[in-house]
Amino acid sequence: MLDRRDFVRQILIDRGNLLVVPGLGSATYDVAAAGDHPLNFYLWGAMGGTAMIGLGLALARPDRRIVAIPGDGDMLMGLGSLATIGVKQPKNLAIVVLDNAHYGETGMQPSHTDAGIDLVAVALACRFKHARIVSRIEEAAEVRTLLHAGGGPILVNAKVAAEDTPRVLPLRDGHAIKQRFIEALNSV
Amino acid sequence: MHPPTKIETSWPDAIYGHFRRAGIRQVGYVPDAGHSRLITLCRDDPNIADVVLTTEEEGVGLVAGAALGGQRAALLMQSSGVGNCINMFSLLRNCGFGCVVLVTMRGEFGEFNPWQVPMGAITEDVLRLAGFLTYRIERADAVDEIVGAGCDMAFEGNLQVAILLSQRLIGRKQWTR
Repeated sequence: MLDRRDFVRQILIDRGNLLVVPGLGSATYDVAAAGDHPLNFYLWGAMGGTAMIGLGLALARPDRRIVAIPGDGDMLMGLGSLATIGVKQPKNLAIVVLDNAHYGETGMQPSHTDAGIDLVAVALACRFKHARIVSRIEEAAEVRTLLHAGGGPILVNAKVAAEDTPRVLPLRDGHAIKQRFIEALNSV
Repeated sequence: MHPPTKIETSWPDAIYGHFRRAGIRQVGYVPDAGHSRLITLCRDDPNIADVVLTTEEEGVGLVAGAALGGQRAALLMQSSGVGNCINMFSLLRNCGFGCVVLVTMRGEFGEFNPWQVPMGAITEDVLRLAGFLTYRIERADAVDEIVGAGCDMAFEGNLQVAILLSQRLIGRKQWTR
């Protein structure tokens, strides 16, 4: 099992021009804890939509690499979006699911992945080019390579420990998060 | 008996013309008979990425992502699809993402299927409650003006605009073939 904070910090080392869309809840806190960045589009809601925001970005900016980082609950709510992404086959999109198999924000109730529902198998069935489980921190460097150079669509099912981590709260004003992101994207 | 209403069929071309003028580059949709010609026009346009969705709420995320990447996007859906989007619409409102949603209406004028009525009857109210400006089109000769104005408001003003294409405009769905 991965320590989620350590894993997210490691996959975002030397992130360069990577565009990062973390899903609501712990994923947003984890990405913020790895270091605030204007090219983070933090979500505080829109559960189920994280992967699709990644697709819209990937289609709009084929010259950039995009990573969407939903939790398992977010990914399960938007499971159909894996099929939609599979149809469009964006080469520059990766999804890293921070899968603790629980709904951490609401009292750690078990999610479908806790019962063995297999997101990697779903992604492969949806014609993802690459999908794998990651459960050892030594694999973080390989994930980082995938994010920057792998042929997408890619799904990484990161098995993280189900533990409470301190909340790290980034910007919460949606207009501000959007505006900062767009200005940063246009300036580099 | 009244003679059957002649259905005007060129309005999807007028909508498509405004998509081109507004520079819309992504169009998300769940297939719909009323939108079939417009969908074909968008699919055939190499400047437009057409994205078939499994459910309409995926399209809301798509619009947000497109806007973050500097592209304009529109959504095509049936009135039933509006209900699928309600929570996801908060993304557009909360961040001020300009968006045009073209909604083909079911559950009204001449509807044969009562199962379409509960959602069709509340579609416009739901959109308003979710923060959309709504414009309803009954006649083909109003399509050009309203869609043009709607695109301007959405993309120049970062507003959420929904244009409801009435069942009278689209033509009733035929119960028998």
